[in-house]
Amino acid sequence: MAKKKKVLSGADIFFEALREEGVTKIFGYPGGATIKIYDKLYEVDFLEHILTRHEQGATHAADAYARVSGKVGVVLVTSGPGATNTVTGITNAYLDSVPMVVFTGQVPVNLIGNDAFQEADIVGITRPITKHNFLVKDVKDLAAIIKKAFYIASTGRPGPVLVDLPKDVINDECVYEYPEKVEIRGYKPTVRGHKNQIKKAAKIIREAKRTLLYVGGGVVMADAAKELTEFAKKNNIPVTNTLLGLGTFPGNHSLFLGMLGMHGTYYANQAVNNCDVLIAVGARFDDRVTGKVETFATNAYKIHIDIDPTVIDKNVVVDLPIVGNAKDVLTDLLKELSNKPKEKAWLKQIDEWKAACPLEYKRPDNQLRTQYVIERISEKTKGNAIIVSDVGQHQMWIAQYYKFMKPRTHVSSGGLGTMGFSIPASIGAAFSMRENKDKRPVVSINGDGGFQMNMQELITAEYNKLPIKFFIMNNCFLGMVRQWQELFHDKKYSFTDLCDSNPIFTKIGDALGIESMSTYKPEEVDEILDKAFAINDRPVLVEFKVAKEDLVFPMVPAGASISNMIHKRNNK
Amino acid sequence: MKHTISVLVENTFGAFDRVATMFSAKGFNIHSISIGETEIKDISRMTIVTSGDKIIIDQIVKQLNRLIDTIKVTDLTEHARTERELALITVSFQKGSIQEIKNIADIFRGKIVDINNKNMMLEVTGPPEKIDAIINVLMPFGIKELARSGTVALRRGEQIRPKNEYVGNK
Repeated sequence: MAKKKKVLSGADIFFEALREEGVTKIFGYPGGATIKIYDKLYEVDFLEHILTRHEQGATHAADAYARVSGKVGVVLVTSGPGATNTVTGITNAYLDSVPMVVFTGQVPVNLIGNDAFQEADIVGITRPITKHNFLVKDVKDLAAIIKKAFYIASTGRPGPVLVDLPKDVINDECVYEYPEKVEIRGYKPTVRGHKNQIKKAAKIIREAKRTLLYVGGGVVMADAAKELTEFAKKNNIPVTNTLLGLGTFPGNHSLFLGMLGMHGTYYANQAVNNCDVLIAVGARFDDRVTGKVETFATNAYKIHIDIDPTVIDKNVVVDLPIVGNAKDVLTDLLKELSNKPKEKAWLKQIDEWKAACPLEYKRPDNQLRTQYVIERISEKTKGNAIIVSDVGQHQMWIAQYYKFMKPRTHVSSGGLGTMGFSIPASIGAAFSMRENKDKRPVVSINGDGGFQMNMQELITAEYNKLPIKFFIMNNCFLGMVRQWQELFHDKKYSFTDLCDSNPIFTKIGDALGIESMSTYKPEEVDEILDKAFAINDRPVLVEFKVAKEDLVFPMVPAGASISNMIHKRNNK
Repeated sequence: MKHTISVLVENTFGAFDRVATMFSAKGFNIHSISIGETEIKDISRMTIVTSGDKIIIDQIVKQLNRLIDTIKVTDLTEHARTERELALITVSFQKGSIQEIKNIADIFRGKIVDINNKNMMLEVTGPPEKIDAIINVLMPFGIKELARSGTVALRRGEQIRPKNEYVGNK
């Protein structure tokens, strides 16, 4: 393409820049301030705009699109309420380090600060929840700012970037030229780990007797699952995952210990507290993982690999930090260490812990249980579906019972814990699948509470004929809060009982033209799942009426040491 | 322990707010914060006086570095440095106390920059401890109004920073 210097409007520049960045999907909602962009969009053929039913939905969809595809998620909304509706979605992406660029309309530059119609200081509002943000005050800066926005969002530790576009900037014209490269003097993320630190790490791991890998979402984001798996297998090192790390190591492998932390497995937490070398990769020692920090892995020499220097020594002081991209550091580490013999006594010890205290729930049982449904989904999809969870008990049960085999197949709101995430997120995931002609099913698993927080997006799924399986694990309660109320608040179920107020979920599906089913019988689960998975040209909704007062175990009470796990109801 | 951190930031919309927002979001202390232009036209220098143990100060430095608009972060506490603060102090006086206040101002090398029949305004510069000291001494006379600039500071001795380090890409 010959590059001639052309005079373009802000709206034209916007689309030219998106084309340069390889954007093919944009999730959004039009409005007064962005009407000129939408006017141009009418003629644009290189990208697809997906109209959600609420701006929050657009942000979660873009977020999940980014998590599943590895590309940058893009959102376009109008000023004022359009912009403020993105705040939860932006925060969600920020906490889970998801690359996203959010474009917001803004009132004309000369009206900023006037409390104009649909004005909100979205740059001020989102400053603490974005990796960076920009207000474009002159159309001449627009191309360079968009280039920077995508660069900042997708490099280093990824995160959301917001670009605020005043209406007159979109209308103004200037000579268009897209910058070849970006140079930001205050932003130079370290990618390669320090050579000597890596050599030292290899030496320490080689001499260790009880090594453990603690692997988080950074490995997913860096596309380093292959390197991680190779490193673990070649050196016979057991692996435990954070919630967002699930999928980086095959869930059916003998070295896999499942998730650690508050609702982690007994054996993962035992391994953490008894290992002599703990290798944290792309994880940040957050409070749901560590429990009481003073007692977390006190015996271990801690190696911490992360691209973000601020997470090092933030919650837990480590012995050997390696700042760098997980993929590069693991590749370098593999060159130093690839044949550590089995730590036989350690692996035997772990097997004993696994045998002593496996994940379990009551079965057989005449009541339907979420754990059982998830096990059946795991079995039927062979761990190869894209599982998009919401937040709460079912989310933890997915982490425990679904055997993830590959990265970017588990989409979950980890850091922020945003109820209402799953429905819109599954839409973003499904668009990524469709775009790549990927036939793996997208499964949106929800509680009855979270389902009602963004259920308007079912319309988006139905309109676009996305073959998403919307599953509701209906226990008539805000289950996780109810669990805490039962265990720690004398069973006072303050505003967590939804039994009298829940809608008839299948009728909601019916009203939207979505085939809907419901069951409360364990023996019907297989049949109903087969039916749902056979529908591949449109969404389907299934309500599973599950046990009302079930509890997620094991559990570490908030602030307790992870060695103090509760395993049973009466074991309080 | 108090630390004086010098931060070179882009002289752009919001850079100051970004730093202040980060301090409040992370719950770090700010004793004083000042910002002004530097010898390079599009770079400002912020001087932040904060406190915390080693882990907190390390976090503050890292979190400052993480902001896109920050160009260089230096914990001056580790270096030989000069720290100065300016204060304007309006003190009330009675007959007979004018000379006494003027003597105090002289001791602190301050100046009287305004006076009327009830009050006078002193201007004092110096290390923050000196400002604390004169405020203490003037307290009994009745301080009517007080404005402190916050600390500004620079490293002493050889200049290690080549100027072109920051101007490359503009």
